[in-house]
Amino acid sequence: MSDIANRIVERIEAARRDGEPLSIVAGASKRFVGRASRGNPLDVAAHQGIVSYEPGELVLTVRAGTRLAEIEAALAEHGQALQFEPPQFDGAATIGGTLACNASGPARPWSGSVRDAVLGVELVTGRAQRLRFGGQVMKNVAGFDVSRLQAGALGAFGVITEISLKVLPRPRHTVTLVRRLDAADAIVHMNGLAGTAKPLSGACWHDGQLYVRFSGAESAVDAAANQWGGERLDAAESFWQDLAEQRLPYFRAGVPLWRFSVRSSSPLPEIDGDWLIDWGGAQRWLHGDLDKGELERAAESAGGHVSLYRGGDREGEVHHALPEALKSLHLRLKDAFDPDRILNPGRLYGWM
Amino acid sequence: MIATADEQGTAELSRRLRELVAPEFVIEDAETRRPYECDALPIYRELPTLVVLPESVDQLRAVMRLCHEEGVPVIARGAGTGLSAGALPSPAAVVLSLARLDRILEIDPLARTARVQPGVRNLAISEAAAEYGLFYGPDPSSQIACSIGGNVAENSGGVHCLKYGLTVHNVLRAELVDVRGERFVVGSEGPDAAGFDLMALVTGSEGLLGVVTEITVRLLPTPETAQVVMAAFDSVSLAGDAVGAVIAAGIVPAGLEMMDGHAIRAAEAFAQAGYPTDASALLLCEIDGTAEEVAEYCGRVEQMFSDLGAVSTRTSRNEAERELLWKGRKSAFPAVGRISPDYYCMDGTIPRGRIAEVLTEIDRMAAHYDLRVANVFHAGDGNLHPLILFDANVPGDFGKAEEFGGRILELCVAVGGCITGEHGVGIEKLRQMPAQFTDSELEQLHAVKRAFDPAGRLNPGKSIPTLRQCQEYRTLARVRESASQESASALPGRTLRSMEEASHGSNVHPSVAGTPKGTRDSAS
Repeated sequence: MSDIANRIVERIEAARRDGEPLSIVAGASKRFVGRASRGNPLDVAAHQGIVSYEPGELVLTVRAGTRLAEIEAALAEHGQALQFEPPQFDGAATIGGTLACNASGPARPWSGSVRDAVLGVELVTGRAQRLRFGGQVMKNVAGFDVSRLQAGALGAFGVITEISLKVLPRPRHTVTLVRRLDAADAIVHMNGLAGTAKPLSGACWHDGQLYVRFSGAESAVDAAANQWGGERLDAAESFWQDLAEQRLPYFRAGVPLWRFSVRSSSPLPEIDGDWLIDWGGAQRWLHGDLDKGELERAAESAGGHVSLYRGGDREGEVHHALPEALKSLHLRLKDAFDPDRILNPGRLYGWM
Repeated sequence: MIATADEQGTAELSRRLRELVAPEFVIEDAETRRPYECDALPIYRELPTLVVLPESVDQLRAVMRLCHEEGVPVIARGAGTGLSAGALPSPAAVVLSLARLDRILEIDPLARTARVQPGVRNLAISEAAAEYGLFYGPDPSSQIACSIGGNVAENSGGVHCLKYGLTVHNVLRAELVDVRGERFVVGSEGPDAAGFDLMALVTGSEGLLGVVTEITVRLLPTPETAQVVMAAFDSVSLAGDAVGAVIAAGIVPAGLEMMDGHAIRAAEAFAQAGYPTDASALLLCEIDGTAEEVAEYCGRVEQMFSDLGAVSTRTSRNEAERELLWKGRKSAFPAVGRISPDYYCMDGTIPRGRIAEVLTEIDRMAAHYDLRVANVFHAGDGNLHPLILFDANVPGDFGKAEEFGGRILELCVAVGGCITGEHGVGIEKLRQMPAQFTDSELEQLHAVKRAFDPAGRLNPGKSIPTLRQCQEYRTLARVRESASQESASALPGRTLRSMEEASHGSNVHPSVAGTPKGTRDSAS
């Protein structure tokens, strides 16, 4: 446990005075996310420790530099878990970085994302103000939802110093089944299955294989698994973990790696390549030297967006281009928190 | 009679609005404007200057552009079922009703989404999705009447949000029109969107950031079956412990509700649900899912309740019995309305573990104010609805109820909770905002507002108090603090005004939660 919030405030105050850009870092596990960092490192890893954990409330409050591994261990003692299955990236990932990158794993369509689990945050803004939004209770509609606004903002508004999260019981029983299907059939199949009241907790397709995971009460999981058919997968736990941690051979096969976030039922775009489909069809991966504009058009026709997730040119734009109206709104919001634009400048978009 | 400058301005604005929207949908006469003077918290009322009901997004944009050019504030309004006076008109503003944008545009059963206009009723979405075996999760108790646009504005919850989440967890994408009449889109049809999470920011923003014109919601598969376990306890703290035990056992119920003795007796007298009227606390725990899962968990929950000191337990054996057990809970508000001329519904959230302590303190305060209070509690997610009973015809009674309510919300903050779980801040809870936020935090919220609406013309004066208001509230709170030993006479100025309205108004029944009285728009 250590609390360096005051040091963070002082550091930002000084940087503001000197017009010094800062690059926020804790576990350094997701340096590859977003555009290349400009600015001097502001290391917040030492701001760590569990502030409070009430298993009966399903609520955890934790300093943002706390590693996910430590959090998961504390939760496991009470049979609970972070339901959004965030990647730990060799144990280095912290909860603050997880929220800033909105990083969630295979259960996300059914259990929600880290954004969905957030109840409140404490933030040191670009004005060096230490502010709290949200709280430690499940329902709280007082004021704008500044807590969830942090999800995926890549630190543009401030240094997240503390996070309160909803946690959930770990599923009692899990079964994974696998069957051969082509991508088009798999997409229809995953979506059809998600539309039935079965305890689904994962659906992923790669290389002609559809993997489906059921989690929950033993009776319900076994009944659903028997009904669905397919082969039971041995070592299923490591498959889903490797998927969450992005360490399946697929993720090592090459860069640039593109991430699509689209309508789960949308057909696969007609772009040749080695696709991996996760989140029941809603998150899709593709690697190769591809034209960003072409991918953006494909993602838009599928109702979503695409980003250059890893590798490639990190000096250029890596996130989906925004329409002008949203671009100026983004800048005004950024300025509302960080008027001198000293925090993670250019990390989300080059123009910010 | 010579018209004043204001009247001339209104007439001119009205004339220009009639060029944009069919004349009968620009409401000028006092009689027809009357239903728009309040939402479902009618202790706050103000006759709007003009009400306009566009029939298309293009018309709505034209109205917004005109109001922007003329510097006229706009107050968006859904079904009028809000419980915090969030849709209260202000004298210079136009009320923009979204009631005519009421079409379900598309249901995509494979993607499990519905694309709807903001005036669509919450329940209508689930009804339309039912043929595909799907439903819309959030189910506020006003769901027969309330609109999805209003749900987005308030981030509405409901009985089932412990398992299915709030509005923010169930909306994917929204189209909005900004204060200048420009269209923008937040969220996406995918699980997240490029850039900032504006979908989250807009949800629950109480009409301060933009006017929502289209919403894509997520639909969920209808559970195979559901059963409810009822358990009666001799004390609130035993019931509170039992709630914690269910959660700690790794069970996530679809709904987990608690009622105290006053609420039990009122509900039973109203609905004859078979509640034990001598109990001090009643739990209703609903489990849904596959048949196997429901059977397994209901058995465990019933056993757990017995082991933890329940005086009696009962599990529904069929759908009719399940509905009967819920009927009492769902009619708790009108039931309380029968045992008291009026009631005032509060909406704080607390950590579940503090429930016994909070209810004890509420009882103590009730004795101080000499008012009765019945408690209904979304125990699963800590959302407390104390119903303060009063009689508006007794001078001073409402003023006491309002002050008592404010004290309850401050208590919620003091134990680690918040001033509103699902009803919103609106006008009603502005005074409690400084209890939850510092001046710097409120100033940050204002800065967010300015990023969307620099001149503050969207639903002005709602949701976030000005720092000057906060200073007044704090001063008045100190006055109240020092005077509270003497009597309940040192009330904030606005409370005094409300008291007068309460005494003189002909229709002062805050007891309208979830009743069709909230559907005022449909009358127009």
